[in-house]
Amino acid sequence: MATATIDSPDTHDDHDEHHATSTGISNTKLAMWTFLGSECLLFGGLISTYLLYKTRRGPGPDNTAIPTDIFDIPFTSVSSFVLLMSSLTMVLALSALTRGDNAATRAWLLSTAMLGSVFIGGQVYEFTGFIREGVGFTHNPASSAFFTLTGFHGVHVSLGILMLMSLYVASKQGKLTPKHTETVEIVGLYWHFVDVVWIFIFTVIYLIPVD
Amino acid sequence: MTDTVTETHLEHDEDHGAHEHPSDWVYIKIALILALFTGIEVLTYFESALPFFENNSVTIATLMFLMVVKFYLVATWFMHLRFDNPIFGRMFVAGLVLATAVYCIFLSAFEFWA
Repeated sequence: MATATIDSPDTHDDHDEHHATSTGISNTKLAMWTFLGSECLLFGGLISTYLLYKTRRGPGPDNTAIPTDIFDIPFTSVSSFVLLMSSLTMVLALSALTRGDNAATRAWLLSTAMLGSVFIGGQVYEFTGFIREGVGFTHNPASSAFFTLTGFHGVHVSLGILMLMSLYVASKQGKLTPKHTETVEIVGLYWHFVDVVWIFIFTVIYLIPVD
Repeated sequence: MTDTVTETHLEHDEDHGAHEHPSDWVYIKIALILALFTGIEVLTYFESALPFFENNSVTIATLMFLMVVKFYLVATWFMHLRFDNPIFGRMFVAGLVLATAVYCIFLSAFEFWA
């Protein structure tokens, strides 16, 4: 009973790229979940700072506009919907890879990256509109907190897009096989986390009315 | 020792064996629910569409409820916490609870709730 399964190359290949660990669970995945837990602290800090400063206008008659005055909710709603749907395409990419359908995996990975890019494009458009309205990064405490929070989130989405494109290229080169589902799953975890953070930001920053 | 290694390996097998993911159709249904909830959230912005959203308390309660449900759906289904080893969820929840506690105290210190 205690012999055949150890280090048998055949059974090893069936396990994605897992190796036996003392806990019996994947170290890489545990590291990613721990990282995501720590990211809660980063975004918690940024969101709390925005909540404290959201109504703080700058001194002088020209510095009275704050982000909440010029939010374009219908536009941001569409962006939020796009990011939400990118979570679906991400999970479908993983599902396709598990089935060994490489063409579908590539299509879903590319779709996810494209939806992420649309979201980033929307954010750039929103930021440009704010600056055109005279609400820049250093304009007042409210705008500084807003740009820092949403900018950090945008950087996270951009890094996610880079990871997705790396997976796409790896798949094109035949380096992404069903053995590598954990790699895609870990990138997926990061992507879904970015989506979850936006669910929070969209509600707390954009939708909850400011008195 | 060999037995121990094998047992660990078998647990490893079971761990990954239990990692059965749902079908694509289930994911699509979850995404449709998420889209519906997002639609309701956006409706709260248009007070004229649903008059009871003119009350800020109702709006905030509705938005917070929908946000938590959306968060839960993404974490449990799309991030597979529902199917994975519970330790992953515990690591994430630990960070989430710590962040919530720290920043609630932080906001209280600055009299945010007043």
